[in-house]
Amino acid sequence: MSTVLRDARGQLLVLAGLAALLATVPFWLEGSARTVMIRIIISAGVGVGWNVMGGFAGQFSFGHAAYFGIGAYSSAYLLVDHGISPWIGMAVGAVLAAAFGALTGWLSFRYRLRGAYFALATFAFAEMLRLVVQGQEWLNGTQGLQVPVLAESSWWMLQFSTTSPNYFLVGLGLLVVLQAITILLFHGRRGMFIVAVREDEEGAEASGVDATAHKVMAVAVSGAMTAVMGTFFVQVFFFIDPALAFGPAESVAILLPAVVGGTGTLWGPIVGAAILIPLGEWTSKIVRDPPPFLDFVAGRSGIDLMVFATLLILILLFLPKGVYGSLAERFRR
Amino acid sequence: MSDAGASSRTGRLQTRLHVPRWVWGVVLALVVLLWRWTEVSDLAVTPAGRTIALQALTTGLLIGGVYGLVAMGLSLIFGVLEIINFAHGAFLTLAMYLTWVLADGVGIDPYLTLLITPLLMFLVGAAVQKVVINPAMGQPLENQLLLTFALSILIENALLLAFSANPRSVRLDYANASIGPVEFPLRIGGAIIELPRIVAFVGGLAVAWALFSFLNRSRVGTAIRAAGLNRTGASLVGVNVDRIQVLTFGLGTAVAAAAGVLVLPFLTLEPTTGTQFNILSFVIVVLGGLGNIGGALVGGILIGLTQEIGGLLFPGQSKLLPVFIIFIATLFLKPEGLFGGGAE
Amino acid sequence: MSLLEVTHLSKSFSGLRAVDDVDFQVEAGEIVGLIGPNGAGKTTLFNLVAGRIPVDTGRVVFDGEDITGWTPHAIARRGIGRTFQLMRPFASMTVRDNVTVAAASSSPRLETARELADAVLDRVALAGMADEFAGALPTAARKRLELARALALDPQLLLLDEVLSGLTPAEREPLLELLVEIADEGRALLLVEHVMAAVMRLSQRILVLHHGQLLAAGTPDEVTSDPDVIEAYLGEEEQLAGS
Repeated sequence: MSTVLRDARGQLLVLAGLAALLATVPFWLEGSARTVMIRIIISAGVGVGWNVMGGFAGQFSFGHAAYFGIGAYSSAYLLVDHGISPWIGMAVGAVLAAAFGALTGWLSFRYRLRGAYFALATFAFAEMLRLVVQGQEWLNGTQGLQVPVLAESSWWMLQFSTTSPNYFLVGLGLLVVLQAITILLFHGRRGMFIVAVREDEEGAEASGVDATAHKVMAVAVSGAMTAVMGTFFVQVFFFIDPALAFGPAESVAILLPAVVGGTGTLWGPIVGAAILIPLGEWTSKIVRDPPPFLDFVAGRSGIDLMVFATLLILILLFLPKGVYGSLAERFRR
Repeated sequence: MSDAGASSRTGRLQTRLHVPRWVWGVVLALVVLLWRWTEVSDLAVTPAGRTIALQALTTGLLIGGVYGLVAMGLSLIFGVLEIINFAHGAFLTLAMYLTWVLADGVGIDPYLTLLITPLLMFLVGAAVQKVVINPAMGQPLENQLLLTFALSILIENALLLAFSANPRSVRLDYANASIGPVEFPLRIGGAIIELPRIVAFVGGLAVAWALFSFLNRSRVGTAIRAAGLNRTGASLVGVNVDRIQVLTFGLGTAVAAAAGVLVLPFLTLEPTTGTQFNILSFVIVVLGGLGNIGGALVGGILIGLTQEIGGLLFPGQSKLLPVFIIFIATLFLKPEGLFGGGAE
Repeated sequence: MSLLEVTHLSKSFSGLRAVDDVDFQVEAGEIVGLIGPNGAGKTTLFNLVAGRIPVDTGRVVFDGEDITGWTPHAIARRGIGRTFQLMRPFASMTVRDNVTVAAASSSPRLETARELADAVLDRVALAGMADEFAGALPTAARKRLELARALALDPQLLLLDEVLSGLTPAEREPLLELLVEIADEGRALLLVEHVMAAVMRLSQRILVLHHGQLLAAGTPDEVTSDPDVIEAYLGEEEQLAGS
């Protein structure tokens, strides 16, 4: 777990440097490798979003797919049914996600849900959204929504040719914004209050901090951030359905980068995403195209996820504070 | 996380079956609601409507008993280890495949595997606890949750690898037999009740009864209860808590395995079959009160009924929706579970 | 008008009256000791004044304003600081940040709050530990941290729950001096304390709580010679004699 952070400018500089470096990626990386990079960016983005609530605020969410799905469906619906720009859809999604987060968060805190109960409640909220969306004909039920392909590229409609570097650059831009928000928030007064409430709620209240308000704020910000990446996901992959958007697997995919990298650390989710996505990619590649001594796994579905799950178990057992979290702790003193 | 483990780390396990009177009220209300449905729904002014309602009622009740059994295993594990075992459903699937192999491959009657499958799954569960779960006992909630989640991915995909995604099933030769004057499938007022579902319900209650007796009467059961009430206290009076935890995890897994055997004859089996059971058992365990074994059983039946009757009342919506609405309402209004409150 | 006026305050927990129709006042700059046998309702009384638990009946008026039913954080910002018997530091934050949180709760600028926090830490002689993690502090330092956090609110009234217990006499002395100094600035102190010798020396007035009721109130001399008080403390005579 982190302490309150001091040097905002330094962190922002690191972020700027990293962004500048990554911005060159689409110019020397192409094809499927670039897609992997885009997936890392999405994973990092949702991880950064989750981390605000699950890490810094200490409110473990097992249902962040709710926010991801709200972001994805808001923009997809507005685009598919009304031809409205995904940028507007993104903003609408973020606002709706923040509102949903504030409402469900407030209810959960009002009824003093904690620990396992809180996690299960977040899970249930996401599942309810999934089931409700599934039953809506205007959202095309279980079939989901397909983004219509335009004849030509358009920044306004956030659609480019598949070889364009722009998808990557837009994703990178969004990630940088999300990370910058996190850096600024947790170097500031509000972020400090959020962390204080995580550390000791009663102590924070006695120090004049409105604990409930700051927890709700963390949930809303976290939800909005995750929703933004939901919109981006739809634009990149042209498709969304209720299971993909709101399913438990998505909730886990969102919290994994932060947990693997280190919850409540600034860079944990990004490190986690940079480990997890290539790892998943690598395991499924081995199954598709195994080296000679692993011939027998060729084409057998299941092996890749087994390897993935095993590695996850090993990380959880041997680096319980996450990769970045464990390293950062070692070098702190 | 500072307050990961709700309020206290002790005093969770409750092993008595206590059904408050209002539960019967709820059941009655559900039935009345159902009857109303047959009178107002377009479908239902006809006798066919009554039949559908009756079918929902019996299906819900019978499957609810099995849900209750699965959830009892989960609740037991939570009561003693205080971890949310997300691999519970995957263990159930594993047990079902085991039974399928024994029945379809070896030719043993599926119900006879009740003597084999749970035993093997006890060993699997105990081994998993010792190797994977135990080292993570002191870790924060989310790590334990993810650990068991990873386990479930591992199990599901191992099953996918071994058995492919093709649906499997076990059919009983005697499912349509008649015993004396009683002919199966049973027909009551037009509703059809298949033999395997009756066996699952009755068998589920029998296993539940066995679990209650074991926990409340045997020496090991007493040790489990002690560990579930107060870990430090139990170790002070000479209970080997580590061993009890291994044992409890095995036992909880074996209970799920028994449920798996019981449902196999009327379900199709795929590597993901357990997922639905998994989610439902979480709902039920919260409904019954985390760690309250008797509450899980009653909660299972309530959820079975809710699911089927809810499916009728809100056609076009998922059957799970009313279940989750009840879940959220319970979390908010009675987080200690519907049957909690009066602490032992 | 008194700084704090508590009238007819009552609180029951499942039928048991933890605080029963209690009246008292605290004047600005006054040091008041709140004593009573274990379970007398002292901490409950603190929690009622600080808004941590809702009152059943009665009023709490602070600085001319009725704060009954206010939330704890609002009461803290209004000018009542408190410490906890079981200390509640923000363990993974530095000592400086712990205090900054309280300072920042009523100051919009973080930099101003940091300066105030440093000044407070200096006062409680914790400046040297400002960059340590609060969770790693020894007990005596944690007690000071609790006090520092409360002081950073710039409170008119401090509710101090056992700030002296668990300290060696050598650690106690400077803290006692500090408390007197704080009172001299015009801040009122209401302290719950088991270290009788210290309370008697420090307090201008003593309130004795017994079974949730106010048994006696007066100067330390008056209270210690009160037969009712002696009776109430019969089981705990050694303590009254001074530990």
